[in-house]
Amino acid sequence: MDANQKHETSPEAADRKEGMRLLARATLAELAAAWEAILDKPEVAPVRGPETGLVMVRGRIGGGGDPFNLGEATVSRATVRLSTGEVGHGQLLGTDKKRARYAAIFDALFQNNAHRPAVEALHRLIAARLATEDRQKAEETAATRVDFFTMVRGED
Amino acid sequence: MYVAVKGGEAAIANAHRLLADRRRGDRALPSITIEQVVEQLGLAVDRVMAEASLYDRALAALAVRQARGDMIEAIFILRAYRTTLPRFGYCEPIDTAAMKIERRVSATYKDLPGGQLLGPTFDYTHRLLDPSLIGDGPVAAPAVKEPGEHIMRVSDILDGEGLIEGDGQMPEGHLAGDLTREPMEFPMPRDLRLQALARGDEGFLLALAYSTQRGYGRTHPFVGEVRIGEVEVELDLPELGFAVSLGTIRVTECQMVNQFKGSAKQPPQFTRGYGLVFGQSERKAMSMSLVDRALRTDEFSEDIVAPAQDQEFVISHADNVQATGFVEHLKLPHYVDFQAELDLVRRMRREAARAPEQEATEQNREAAE
Repeated sequence: MDANQKHETSPEAADRKEGMRLLARATLAELAAAWEAILDKPEVAPVRGPETGLVMVRGRIGGGGDPFNLGEATVSRATVRLSTGEVGHGQLLGTDKKRARYAAIFDALFQNNAHRPAVEALHRLIAARLATEDRQKAEETAATRVDFFTMVRGED
Repeated sequence: MYVAVKGGEAAIANAHRLLADRRRGDRALPSITIEQVVEQLGLAVDRVMAEASLYDRALAALAVRQARGDMIEAIFILRAYRTTLPRFGYCEPIDTAAMKIERRVSATYKDLPGGQLLGPTFDYTHRLLDPSLIGDGPVAAPAVKEPGEHIMRVSDILDGEGLIEGDGQMPEGHLAGDLTREPMEFPMPRDLRLQALARGDEGFLLALAYSTQRGYGRTHPFVGEVRIGEVEVELDLPELGFAVSLGTIRVTECQMVNQFKGSAKQPPQFTRGYGLVFGQSERKAMSMSLVDRALRTDEFSEDIVAPAQDQEFVISHADNVQATGFVEHLKLPHYVDFQAELDLVRRMRREAARAPEQEATEQNREAAE
């Protein structure tokens, strides 16, 4: 429990968590291109997977009450160890094991000071694309907002 | 008694070959891609995901194509597929208040924070068949506008005044049950009922919801809010000691607001029914919330007078994979069962034919005496 709390509060863990959030949304093209751009690539050894399985998605009664099981979703995950020693985890929705493996590699590279700037650049790239997509969707939805107006009544 | 018989292998193999041919259809036409099904038949994909209880657009689209568009067959295929995968764990509950909204409407408040956002709705279309779609020419890009303020939940507005019951709480120490792990038992707690309803057949739940509106277990409903959008799915990673995001899923949520007179212990306040469904399906989410409320008879000391209030009836028959399995099994060979019944009917008829003769003999004897 103490260890958990330490992780939760440490800025290092928060950065890694945010990085994993972004990697889970990266396209295969983004990941492959970023991997190609790395010059002194370390060796990558598999520790677990890549493998596909299920997670049970849960909701809350009434939206904010006690949890209930809503249904499952497919998840692909991988754990890798770099020749430089870092262990990385990748996990994302769907059945794409290639993306899960890349996500694990970049999570491991993120912990390596020499490679960290390249991973942070990838994070920024993904974040920028997501921000544009989210913005676009929000604007499209906003355009369907109803502006009510009161009809003038014919009273005399 | 079961008698094993063999036969039909060649017929079955050829039938499956014929099915593969008919599924593909005219070879002069291009085959539809999984991506096309996901993009252009998205609501069919959503329904299959919801009722198969498995969120994966590509797999659901594959199932729709494999099933030739037969939704229950597709749901069955996807349900069967999920049993081949290991379970990695339980996610953190999704936070629908933080949803990236694509549609949100309320029938209870006109001017609510965030406004009425219609989104990509069929409502207000005239339901006229559109022949111009045969050619399916270029489609205009959506209009855009500056997004407005935070989209507040309607239940929070009423909650501020204490006029509505809170979000559902289970008894202290209750752990959420999982239908995929434990057999069904009745009475069933609300968390398990919601899991069953979320994967229940849309048509069945729609009919039950409709029955409550027509007076069979009336609940006086208002749509407090329907919202559709994407929510984050997070999984706790024990090796790291924190939860990480796996990506987002689209869900539809319905908050139904219902009447309640109050009791000796509670002042009058609105009660609620809740609906939450994978994908975009407000018909299903609304039906689910109406049925959820109707089933809460024990909490409000309501008499069970209608089918929608009977949890054993509703939950036992909501699953279309189970239902179709039992109904459709009737077409499989029942030769021996039927032969036995046939024998029985023949014997009964022989006995029935003999009976009047016996009666007549008895009457003659009485008359003679």
